[in-house]
Amino acid sequence: MFVSLNWLKQYVNIDNITPEELAERITRSGIEVEGIERIAPESTNVVVGYVESCEQHPNADKLNLCQINVGTETYQIICGAPNIAQGQKIAAALPGARLPGGMKIKKAKLRGVESNGMVCSLQELGIDEKFVPKEFAEGIFVFPEDTEVGTPVAELLNLDDVILELGLTPNRADAMSMLGVAYEVAAILNKEVNLPDEAYPTSDSKAADFVQVKVEDGELNPYYGAYVIENVKIAPSPLWMRNYLIAAGIRPINNVVDITNYVLLVYGQPLHAFDYDKVATKEIIVRTANEGETMQTLDDQERTLKGDELVITNGKEPIALAGVMGGANSEVSNQTTTVLLEAAYFDSRAIRRSSKHHNLRSEASSRYEKGIDPNRVKKAGAYAARLLAEYAGGTVAEGVVEFDELDRQEKKVELDTTSVNARLGTAISDEEIASILTRLQFHFEQTNSQFTVSIPTRRGDISLFEDMLEEIARIYGYDNIPYTLPEGEAFAGKLTTKQYLKRQLKQYLQGAGLMETITYSLTSKARTEMLVSPEVKEQSVHAVALKMPMSEEHSHLRISLLPELVDTLSYNVARKQDNLGYFEFGRVFLSEEEQTTEQPTETARLAGAITGMWMEQPWQQEKKPVDFYVVKGIVEGIFAQLDLEPAFQQAQVDGYHPGRTATVSHNGRAVGVVGQLHPTVQKAYDLKETYVFDLDAAYLMDQYKEEPSFRTVPRHPSVTRDIALVVDETAHAGDIQRTIKESGGELVQQVQIFDVYQGEHMETGKKSIAYTVLYQDPTRTLTDEEVEASYNSIMEAVKAVHGAELRS
Amino acid sequence: MREKLEALQAEAIEKVQQADNLQSLQDVRVAYLGKKGPITEVLRGMGKLSPEERPVIGELANKVREAIATALDNKKNLLEEAALNEQLQKEAIDVTLPGRPVKTGGPHLLTSIIEEVEDLFLGMGFEIKEGPEVETDYFNFEALNLPQDHPARDMQDTFYITDHLLLRTQTSPVQARTMREYNGDKAIKMICPGIVYRRDSDDATHSHQFTQIEGLLIDKNVRMSDLKGVLLEFSRKLFGADREIRLRPSFFPFTEPSVEVDVTCKVCDGKGCNVCKHTGWIEILGAGMVHSNVLRMSGYDPEEYSGFAFGMGVERIAMLKYGVDDIRHFYTNDVRFLSQYHKA
Repeated sequence: MFVSLNWLKQYVNIDNITPEELAERITRSGIEVEGIERIAPESTNVVVGYVESCEQHPNADKLNLCQINVGTETYQIICGAPNIAQGQKIAAALPGARLPGGMKIKKAKLRGVESNGMVCSLQELGIDEKFVPKEFAEGIFVFPEDTEVGTPVAELLNLDDVILELGLTPNRADAMSMLGVAYEVAAILNKEVNLPDEAYPTSDSKAADFVQVKVEDGELNPYYGAYVIENVKIAPSPLWMRNYLIAAGIRPINNVVDITNYVLLVYGQPLHAFDYDKVATKEIIVRTANEGETMQTLDDQERTLKGDELVITNGKEPIALAGVMGGANSEVSNQTTTVLLEAAYFDSRAIRRSSKHHNLRSEASSRYEKGIDPNRVKKAGAYAARLLAEYAGGTVAEGVVEFDELDRQEKKVELDTTSVNARLGTAISDEEIASILTRLQFHFEQTNSQFTVSIPTRRGDISLFEDMLEEIARIYGYDNIPYTLPEGEAFAGKLTTKQYLKRQLKQYLQGAGLMETITYSLTSKARTEMLVSPEVKEQSVHAVALKMPMSEEHSHLRISLLPELVDTLSYNVARKQDNLGYFEFGRVFLSEEEQTTEQPTETARLAGAITGMWMEQPWQQEKKPVDFYVVKGIVEGIFAQLDLEPAFQQAQVDGYHPGRTATVSHNGRAVGVVGQLHPTVQKAYDLKETYVFDLDAAYLMDQYKEEPSFRTVPRHPSVTRDIALVVDETAHAGDIQRTIKESGGELVQQVQIFDVYQGEHMETGKKSIAYTVLYQDPTRTLTDEEVEASYNSIMEAVKAVHGAELRS
Repeated sequence: MREKLEALQAEAIEKVQQADNLQSLQDVRVAYLGKKGPITEVLRGMGKLSPEERPVIGELANKVREAIATALDNKKNLLEEAALNEQLQKEAIDVTLPGRPVKTGGPHLLTSIIEEVEDLFLGMGFEIKEGPEVETDYFNFEALNLPQDHPARDMQDTFYITDHLLLRTQTSPVQARTMREYNGDKAIKMICPGIVYRRDSDDATHSHQFTQIEGLLIDKNVRMSDLKGVLLEFSRKLFGADREIRLRPSFFPFTEPSVEVDVTCKVCDGKGCNVCKHTGWIEILGAGMVHSNVLRMSGYDPEEYSGFAFGMGVERIAMLKYGVDDIRHFYTNDVRFLSQYHKA
């Protein structure tokens, strides 16, 4: 909402406050002033001049040599505008004038002839091109004939006005009108509001002879008033009205349209003017549209109606989309002589639906949607009738043809000083509350500290105690509320185990050299089909699709973190950042269907992606690219953080290197994958060797046992035995390790691999793996015999299970 | 014999002095103190001496032996020290060459802010709650006093999945869920950080995905002044001990009264600068007293309980606190951005 201060002055006294101060006061008490604009702050020494003569420049075809009388003097000014003519009243910028944009007017010679100033167009005076009437768009502006010569143009064109731009929250629909703003400012400054006089003269005609009004649904349209104004002469509206409309951001059209817009801005009440003769049937019927019915709106759009819009019809066809926009078939034109003026109250939800359906917002619909004041409908209609008589030469027929089931009752809200103070933490007195209510111009009855407040219908946002609480607080001033701390029971704040583990895992990964990332949850459909962890894929889940995505790139919810995570590597590599280790702890969204009506399962996953050098110390010629075992080590660490034991199984997984990938499981349950990206995937992302992991973090965190029990610190020495085995080259070291552990008995505490060898001195197709087995009993020293016995059963087992031989 | 022993001592000590490495020193030791050495020989010939002379010469011989041994030891220490010094000198390295880097990663800036805010509120006795990002229309809107067709729904452009399922546009549904969980008869002190979504085109100040932290306190006799007190405490801990806050009236459907909260600009100390658009204040969060409709719908009796809620955009806080100029930085994950906010 743009508020012209010159206009506002008509309704409330703001003489003793600067626009900046006023803006600050308004902002601090409820409505944010988002901007303070001056229309043309720099225009000086530009006055109305009378074109006494206008002849062609002796040396130039397209220039005119004009004698311009500004009252005290006559100036010779050369003007190139095509529409200048003798007898006009124009805006003359005299020598010394400054125009918006900093242009200075000086005496000059044009093609050998002296020119003492400049005749200005509206654009040159600082008025936005979109508000300049068509007839003046390509040339200078011409003032009405009765304009006084010598008057400063700034005053006439309202160039000295200051516009406040209000950022209105949806509840403050009351401030979508000049009167609403006036009430607000009056409350803040403790002033009176001067209301317009709506009385109008009537002719001998009777409106009821011209039109009948029928409303089908009094819920959707509780009030419809039709005024008839005859003998209207379409012409430009008065300059002051045009100025205010421009200040409010509305382009002036003609007197009738301008008056309806002007009244809409004053009262916040949308009005519509029909050309009575075009309505043709002497009948107005308001009904819901029929599905498939068509009509053309004033913006020349053909619209097919869906069937739940309200339409104004002439009994045969729609002549307006109610509360949104008029129809082209009943539009006021230069030939219009009789105007049928509509002042109506439509249900906000109905208008909202209709405006949404047709993606059509208008000054009218934006007000109806948020709710208008039922007590201003008739006032606005009357005021428009008055202005049509005054500025369009109209004669107003007697009476208003009405349908009226409108509830105009004021709501009552009970209030007591104790509750107000209890809720705000203040010590406001009864007198202060009474004074605030008076400033707001809310009527009330008071018994000591009990108030019964009648809420003016203009404030449709107020219906409850707390709404009144806000009114009192904002006028009292939030700065005046003290600072206290809650007095309730004290709680101890603590992270839950899962919240703690999430932090713990993140910290572990950061310590392990990975950088945390956060990527978008919305991704493309194609990406939802990539790099999905096998155990997720097995559940045959789908990525949930948005109903109306903004782009293909963000159309589905992710079911894997990796596609976007790998993409961030790609993004960085493209920017010459070659060595990267990233992880993300985030949610995926698993659903049984793509178009789902159920909330998908949201579950936490932990994924990482590493590419480039894992270790690099150039001057010592040390370089180690990331490999499978780096990433596997990180995954093992994640399990260690949770006191869990992972198992790895070589696997073929879509998108992964077939020989360098393992599924990860815990206690036989698949929980993720670790491996190298398949070279074709790497290529698609423009990456070199890249290793990733992807784990079901939610499940793993669930397995964590909060309090590990104490384990005796060993006081007795441990014993180690090294076992070097020869096995087939395809044998898996981890499988053998497990066999050793399982077959060695309870005394085996740890089995570590310390050497893997294949090559010279080795039979082809064989390799050697060496293990160190650590034996320990924390309560006693071990004997050689028991270690020997365990060693023997290990040897037997590995021979039997893996065909392993002792390396000689 | 006495003369002979004294001459031997002088001779041996001179040899010790002449030895210039450990080997020649060892040779001297063997030559004089060895079993075949001259001193042993002298001692062997003691049988020929008179019983009176024997102890005297014996004592002398031992003294000579000791003197030679001491000289040998001293010399050995000297030589060893020299050898060590020589070796240490050889081992010298260029300490100005760079050290071996310890590879560490770091948290995302948004995580750092979230955890900082979490810790702050944990310290004030709040718990941390989470909720689904795919929400029902009911919890995202209706339970928060935003019925169908409410004009305030226009404030937020929503990604819908179906007419009743959507990506949450705010973390407030977690408040509604928590209130239900607490059954309407227990006090609540919680914050809920989380990802939210709006149908916005991504640009320097808009992101279709962003992060919010909301807080909720419900108890008997909660006052607006408590909200001011808690937010002042929070702002000072997050932005600096000398910060001030101010409340401006605003509108949110789920609170009444509703306010926006500004903190004094850190850049200019409230004097006015480009960052705060010359107001001296920067908006950091929205807040208000929980609307009675919300309390009632969630099972709390507004006659008995009252509360306040507040919410902030984490990206906005990060942008203000660290001067980040483009919200997209948080999601492009450029390593040159991420690594600015931790010490690697």
